[in-house]
Amino acid sequence: MSVRLDKVSKVFLDPSRPEGSVTAVDRVDLEVREGEFVTLLGPSGCGKTTTLRIISGFEAPTRGDVFISGERVNDQPPNKRDTSMVFQSYAIFPHMSVEQNVGFGLELKGRPKAEVREETARIMNVMGLTALAKRRPDQLSGGQQQRVALARAVINKPSVLLFDEPLSNLDAKLRDQMRLEIRRIQQSFGITSIYVTHDQIEAMTVSDRIVVMEGGRVMQIGTPFEVYSRPANRFVADFIGRVNFFPVTDASFSEEGLDADYRGVRIRAGSRNGDIREGGAAVVAVRPESLRLEPESGSAARFLRGRIDKAVYLGAVVEYEIDAGLDRPVMAVSHDPVVAGFFRVGDGVSLSFPPAAAHALAPEAVP
Amino acid sequence: MTDRAIGASLGEIRRLVRDPLLAFVVAAVLAALAVFILYPLASVIIVSLRPDGRWTLEIFRHVVSNPYLLQGFRNSILMGVLTAVIGTGIGFLFAFAVTRADVPFKRILHAVAIIPIVSPPFIGALAIIMLFGNNGFITWNLLRIRNFPIYGFTGLMIAQAVTFFPVAYLTLRGVLESINPTLEDAALDLGGSRFRVFRRVTLPLAMPGIASSMLVLFIETLADFGNPLILAGSRFPILSVQAYLQITGMYDLPTGAALSVLLLVPSVTAWVIQKYWVSRKRYVTITGKPTISSVKIVSPAVRSLIFAACLAVTAFILLIYASILWGALAKVWGSDNTPTLRHFLYVFGVGFKAVRDTLTIAGLSTPASGLLGMVIAFLVIRKSFPGRKFMEFTSMLSFAVPGTVIGIGYILAFNKPPLVLTGTLLILLLNFVFRYVPVGIESGVAILQQIDPAIEEAAVDLGADARTTFSRVTLPMIVPAYFSGLVFAFVRAMTAISAAIFLVSSRWNLMTVQIMAQVESGRLGAAAAFSVILVLIIFGAIFLIRALLKARYGRYGGSMLKF
Repeated sequence: MSVRLDKVSKVFLDPSRPEGSVTAVDRVDLEVREGEFVTLLGPSGCGKTTTLRIISGFEAPTRGDVFISGERVNDQPPNKRDTSMVFQSYAIFPHMSVEQNVGFGLELKGRPKAEVREETARIMNVMGLTALAKRRPDQLSGGQQQRVALARAVINKPSVLLFDEPLSNLDAKLRDQMRLEIRRIQQSFGITSIYVTHDQIEAMTVSDRIVVMEGGRVMQIGTPFEVYSRPANRFVADFIGRVNFFPVTDASFSEEGLDADYRGVRIRAGSRNGDIREGGAAVVAVRPESLRLEPESGSAARFLRGRIDKAVYLGAVVEYEIDAGLDRPVMAVSHDPVVAGFFRVGDGVSLSFPPAAAHALAPEAVP
Repeated sequence: MTDRAIGASLGEIRRLVRDPLLAFVVAAVLAALAVFILYPLASVIIVSLRPDGRWTLEIFRHVVSNPYLLQGFRNSILMGVLTAVIGTGIGFLFAFAVTRADVPFKRILHAVAIIPIVSPPFIGALAIIMLFGNNGFITWNLLRIRNFPIYGFTGLMIAQAVTFFPVAYLTLRGVLESINPTLEDAALDLGGSRFRVFRRVTLPLAMPGIASSMLVLFIETLADFGNPLILAGSRFPILSVQAYLQITGMYDLPTGAALSVLLLVPSVTAWVIQKYWVSRKRYVTITGKPTISSVKIVSPAVRSLIFAACLAVTAFILLIYASILWGALAKVWGSDNTPTLRHFLYVFGVGFKAVRDTLTIAGLSTPASGLLGMVIAFLVIRKSFPGRKFMEFTSMLSFAVPGTVIGIGYILAFNKPPLVLTGTLLILLLNFVFRYVPVGIESGVAILQQIDPAIEEAAVDLGADARTTFSRVTLPMIVPAYFSGLVFAFVRAMTAISAAIFLVSSRWNLMTVQIMAQVESGRLGAAAAFSVILVLIIFGAIFLIRALLKARYGRYGGSMLKF
């Protein structure tokens, strides 16, 4: 079942602001396809949770329309919508056992007792909760509560499953495990899912597509590859992973991508996004792991030279900060230091990158 | 109203239209609050300003020009201020002893400080007369003093301090408990002396709590009726008693109303300060887990001093209860101390109607009041609708309005059509329900603030409508708090006198009013026996509710029993 948002905005009254209100969601267009797993990703206050609550029906859009399975649901209250939510705090009913929590949705639908019991047992089995059926919520660990919340949400076979930062209360290890679990459950039931998080790794792991939001607006919608390697603008590039920006001038387009001047050297970016004009300025984004470091040879004309300012040895990788005489140090990561060797603080290096790893963007951070 | 504000309330109205059940409940509650809280209050004010059909300040001019009535006003304020200071002082001493000083017998001190809260508020006055009065055990039997001047300022001051310090204790214990002792440890670690740390860290952090406690004690003392009726006498007139005497003794309703308006003004002022200013200044300790302090802020010498002071107060309170019990069993208090059961036989014979009536009224009004309180708490905390602030203010207002005022208001408002209720059971029930609704609201608000709104949203999300969510999810979660709230509402209903004394009739009487009548006619033994029975009923009810809660919710573990 698909979900579609058509120019959805949400304005909250806020007397503390001079304009008296705040726009939490700003003309958001989004289409989630049947069975797809889409993540709303952004920093806190970017409007992702409000968007989720608009889809679930807990907030009414100020403007715009929400469609679920092609039907406009603006005026449908949450209890009439075919969506199920997994809450950040899990929201397990404290006065019911695990079994009663999981079966509550079916019970509300007036299903016969036997059917509720059977279906509850089946779901609890899938979720590995069978042994906990009679437990009270306060006897459960965080991970178990999470499982109960998920089981309770999927038992109704909703058209759309909504997740509101479901893993933020778990410790790191459990989080990794539950991420895979959520993806597994979602795929085995084939339920269209919308997931909210501010954690980019989480978003990259679970999603078919990621919606990057900022200031209530959608910055980019794309696959994990697209938002990481072909970001739409500087905000997205910067928010997801670490990145070096090199401002360039005199851009020219060719078959191979974009050529431009960087401090007197002509450099090439294999791809581009955003509003860049022929002959105008742009920013070339290069991820730290794409920068090649070589010992300074003196003769070879590389695009940038510098000196190692910091070197952090992490075993699998070495992270460098390089002083190249720019406003900010250049970040670089080199892999497999045992084989490739590594530099020490003070070493002179020259930097290069393959054009395929460079992505040109419009100079403004946010359009 | 700005366009946006209009837009917002339009949104609220739209939501109400979409949910007719909510709209109906909101409308019914607002109407009931208007009729049973605001209307009687307005009646009092109107009668004092319009005694014979035209607007005039004549009554107030008459009150102000009467030195005796004016004296009552001054005395009431003085007594309120002094009780606020002294009661808060003793309360702080107990709270500090229990939470910080690590004195021995903490549980006993706690119990002693709690007992007066669950007793009729005039037990102190009754005991003081039995100990220090004309036939007082100490003044007459031991010291052979005739006519010891206990009536008036001294006696009343002692009674009020004993009656109201427990309220301060409960407030301040909560406040001191919430101050993380590691803050004091940190200050000591930085090199502060114990006294400096107390003065610069503990006391400032407890200050909002102390201020709030003083205001609450001021309000309660000002409104108190039982103690002054017994102890104030004619040399130290007190406003609430004067208002009562104007009406019942001199049949002068306008003057009684005017006096109660004088009572209302400082009381409501103090309440507004407490509610909207002091309670916002509360400090929140910004740390995670509660930690146990290793270093105590109190030196051994100071600890002994605090303990001795607490012991003295404890001894006095035990003396009060002992003398009540003894008085109930002695043949003629002060002259013939042979034990007898005849006072109890009187209570269970002639006086039993009052016991039955009291139980009926408290038993009917308490659950209703608690339920109304929960509904209002739910509406105010979880819903938005036009009139929400009004509902919150009006329903909590009962706490600030002295019982005398509301009692006079009820006889003025409900002795004429459309609602003629004087002399009925209904008027007492309605009065009790609306007067003690703040107790239910407070426990409802406290529990609802602890319940994550997402839990209710989860139910809605799974397909439950508003009614199902409330009955299947919200209600089961707040039921334990509802019953805990009932305990206090029940205690208040059992011990109420200031408003009820205007509303009782030959058909419906109350134990508290009976006790007063016995004291006035000098039958201290019967008064003491009534008091003992009253305290036993209250203890029995508390024990019963506790046991029921434990049996019903014990299996849910700690999270459902905390309240």
